[in-house]
Amino acid sequence: MDNRHEAGFEIVAREDFSDVTFLLEIDHPLMAKAARPGQFVITILHDHGERIPLTIADFDRERGTVTLVIQAAGKSTREMQQTCRVGTRLLSVTGPMGEPTDLGDVRKVVLVGGGLGVAPVFPQARAYKENGAYVIGIIGFRTKELVFWEDKFKACCDEFIICSDDGSVGIKGLVTEGIKRAIRKHGDIDRLVAIGPPIMMKAAAETTRPHGIETVVSLNPIMVDGTGMCGGCRVKIGDGIKFACVDGPEFDGHEVDFDDLMNRLQRYKADEKLAFEKWSEDCRQQLPEDSDPAAAGPAASGPERQQPQVDAGMFDGTYRMGMPKGK
Amino acid sequence: MAKKTIRTIPQDRTLMPVQDPAERARNFAEVALGYELDAALNESERCLLCPEANCVPACPVAIDIPGFIEKISKRDFRGAYDVVADANLLPAICGRVCPQEDQCEGVCPVGDTLEPVAIGRLERWIGDMAIAEGWANLPYTEPNGFKVGVVGSGPAGMACAADMAKAGCDVTIYEALHRPGGVLRYGIPDFRLPNEVIDAEYANLTRLGVKIECSTLVGRLFTIEQMIDEMGYDAVFIGTGAGSPQFMGIPGENLIGVLSANEFLTRCNLMHAGEFPNYDTPLHLGGRVAIIGAGNTAMDAMRVALRLGADKVHCVYRRTRAESPARVEEIDHAEEEGIEFHWLTAPVEILDDGEGNARGMRCLAMELGEPDASGRPRPVPIEGSEFEFEADTIIYAIGTNANPILGQTSDLKLNEWGYIEADDTLATSMAGVFAGGDIVTGAATVILAMGAGRKAARSMKAYLGIRDSETVYRPAQSGSDGKIFGIDAEERNFTRIRAA
Ligand SMILES: Cc1cc2nc3c(=O)[nH]c(=O)nc-3n(C[C@H](O)[C@H](O)[C@H](O)COP(=O)(O)OP(=O)(O)OC[C@H]3O[C@@H](n4cnc5c(N)ncnc54)[C@H](O)[C@@H]3O)c2cc1C
Ligand SMILES: Cc1cc2nc3c(=O)[nH]c(=O)nc-3n(C[C@H](O)[C@H](O)[C@H](O)COP(=O)(O)OP(=O)(O)OC[C@H]3O[C@@H](n4cnc5c(N)ncnc54)[C@H](O)[C@@H]3O)c2cc1C
Ligand code: SF4
Ligand code: FES
Repeated sequence: MDNRHEAGFEIVAREDFSDVTFLLEIDHPLMAKAARPGQFVITILHDHGERIPLTIADFDRERGTVTLVIQAAGKSTREMQQTCRVGTRLLSVTGPMGEPTDLGDVRKVVLVGGGLGVAPVFPQARAYKENGAYVIGIIGFRTKELVFWEDKFKACCDEFIICSDDGSVGIKGLVTEGIKRAIRKHGDIDRLVAIGPPIMMKAAAETTRPHGIETVVSLNPIMVDGTGMCGGCRVKIGDGIKFACVDGPEFDGHEVDFDDLMNRLQRYKADEKLAFEKWSEDCRQQLPEDSDPAAAGPAASGPERQQPQVDAGMFDGTYRMGMPKGK
Repeated sequence: MAKKTIRTIPQDRTLMPVQDPAERARNFAEVALGYELDAALNESERCLLCPEANCVPACPVAIDIPGFIEKISKRDFRGAYDVVADANLLPAICGRVCPQEDQCEGVCPVGDTLEPVAIGRLERWIGDMAIAEGWANLPYTEPNGFKVGVVGSGPAGMACAADMAKAGCDVTIYEALHRPGGVLRYGIPDFRLPNEVIDAEYANLTRLGVKIECSTLVGRLFTIEQMIDEMGYDAVFIGTGAGSPQFMGIPGENLIGVLSANEFLTRCNLMHAGEFPNYDTPLHLGGRVAIIGAGNTAMDAMRVALRLGADKVHCVYRRTRAESPARVEEIDHAEEEGIEFHWLTAPVEILDDGEGNARGMRCLAMELGEPDASGRPRPVPIEGSEFEFEADTIIYAIGTNANPILGQTSDLKLNEWGYIEADDTLATSMAGVFAGGDIVTGAATVILAMGAGRKAARSMKAYLGIRDSETVYRPAQSGSDGKIFGIDAEERNFTRIRAA
């Protein structure tokens, strides 16, 4: 390997899908060669940054790049949205992590992507298609404005259903509506793959359970190293504990304890809010002098416009924070 | 000079200055401050320079201990460093973290009547001096054209890389994390092993020409097989450590506030969670912290928790202090800093506050019974002794398992616990691939990992046909026609044929 990554990993393309979702294409030929559907990377933005797991949404072996699709959820992902430009670098992009999808000899498969989950489920759709399976794609969004990769996804599907919560596009309703339709129409579905927010994956698993359809979900617990070294990503699968980063991230949806996962995702709620507020404040102070929001695209209009939808009850727990060094 | 005897040497072990416990329990500066010149000279006088010194074979890398101590006493400090560095590449690190009481110092005859010679402190002193003076033993090397890959940048990998680079090989270390050092970096905290010391030892590796590629997860980005078959490596060393934390399997382990010591220490040491929100990684430490276990990892976790502002830190261990596997100095330091120890106590359940957070543990009192497989007395629960133990952060430090990634991604033979199988020469089941350190032995020590790295380097040299004189045995030098038994010796693969 050459030393091209000494200074970090270069962003070679960026695309914004909406106010909150954007795509980064990263130069990493070895990763492009190694990546398989179902795997993820851990990125670090800068030397004060945290380790952020992101699914490999696409890889291009010829260009030598991997593609990440990111939802600006909190401090780190918003900072990425604001500072990542073509030509800038991420401090670290490590992977591909996790066990790749086992395509098996599935003949008919339903692939469900909820919201941002469309991106991670895409490489699977393509792989199943290339493997000769009959692919039924179901994607769901809150509303029409958030839809992305519809055509790209559709191109790998034999059948395609799109749902929206408000009915502004496709079927009005959740992806479970689409799943029910697909099950009604096809009696011979071998497997369903669902990727999205835990609550959606849980609902998908409950929809298929009575029909006994094998259901694969991709879990997104809070991670640190991604190499099986910390156990922070542990999830309850059946009676056992698994480390999602090395044993997963894909698991049997009928065995996953989603309530446990959702509880553990709340681990740092209070700290995350604090980090976000501090960062927003810092940005506000910097904004007037050194940034030109118009030139930098929607992201640079900054955090003010994109205040997170804070669930009031969520943050009122008492918490303590580590004291800074030297105190 | 008259021969020294136990009566003529300075009777008291020279004290090493330490930071005041109350002060240091709130900062991350190094606890043990190291010797000054006078102290080191005085301590060096305490060595009897035994002709057949017990301490040398008790050292896992057989440092010529009386040899270097004698040089200190004669004020030949560079000479002392050279003696140490012959055997130990990382004296400033090992002097700080080795369990000397179980090794060299444990068998020193001075210890029969007095306190043993403070070998570790002297080693540290000479290591620190080397860093301060910029000494490094960089041999003149002739590149020999061999490419060696090292997986994992912990002490095992560092040691193997250094030896192979000194033999003239082109060496690259691959590390999964974004900074090198292994446990030295992410596990052992700054107040025990400052980052600058690790950086200095790494700088020496770079001066030897070793390349270090971080953010590279071997097995996933490329496999061991690919390193040999496609990437042109003539030999590979695996030193990926033991890494995967164990839990107990008791109810409540997934509650918020329960985490492994590895996670806790990684967040703090590698990711600077203690400086959140200036650094992005959160920690969310509670006020009442309980650490389960009493090894080095547990001691480190307790003392970090204290420094991050926990009100009270408790150690919960099912055996007694005598069975604790930690370095004695660390237990002493932890006690002085105000950690409360609960020996013979075993948690059986972690209690929920009703909102998904841990609020404490249900524990049993234990007593010691018959020795178990490890030779230590087995802790046996005392019936009816159940009680509740309040804690809002509960940290597991009860040991580790083998990291599964290389097993998942290569055909390397593993043993029944998932560690890599290696023979006496540290060769694995795959030709040209060697392994050592925690990934072979299970969690052990820095010095054993380093020793394994060096041993593997010796085997690797034999395998590659690099003689001990550290030159490659080439036809041009032997005056032959370039063929050995009809095989072209320049043909690299020739050297890959290994006797079964
Ligand atoms: C295997 C895996 C694949 C993922 N793939 C994608 C993806 O393709 N695109 C995408 O936008 N997001 C993905 N995520 C989620 C993404 O990692 C989090 O949204 C991100 O870490 C949030 O960080 P933040 O600082 O912006 O927000 P924060 O405010 O810190 O957190 C927002 C929420 O994200 C979760 N989160 C926080 N830190 C972590 C962490 N270190 N690891 C995992 N989750 C965390 C928590 O539930 C938190 O409540 C993935 C997560 C995992 C584990
Ligand atoms: C908190 C703590 C305190 C300790 N205190 C002491 C002490 O005081 N004294 C003492 O002697 N010992 C101590 N030990 C034990 C000692 O640190 C270890 O035995 C030693 O570090 C093992 O060295 P190693 O080189 O085998 O592995 P490690 O130091 O574990 O290094 C392995 C490296 O390999 C990397 N890696 C893993 N998988 C891959 C992969 N697939 N690709 C690329 N890189 C990979 C890891 O990220 C890691 O950096 C302590 C351990 C801990 C956890
Ligand atoms: S055993 Fe003790 S006295 Fe003898 S050489 Fe070693 S350190 Fe010196
Ligand atoms: S993220 Fe640390 S073990 Fe999975």
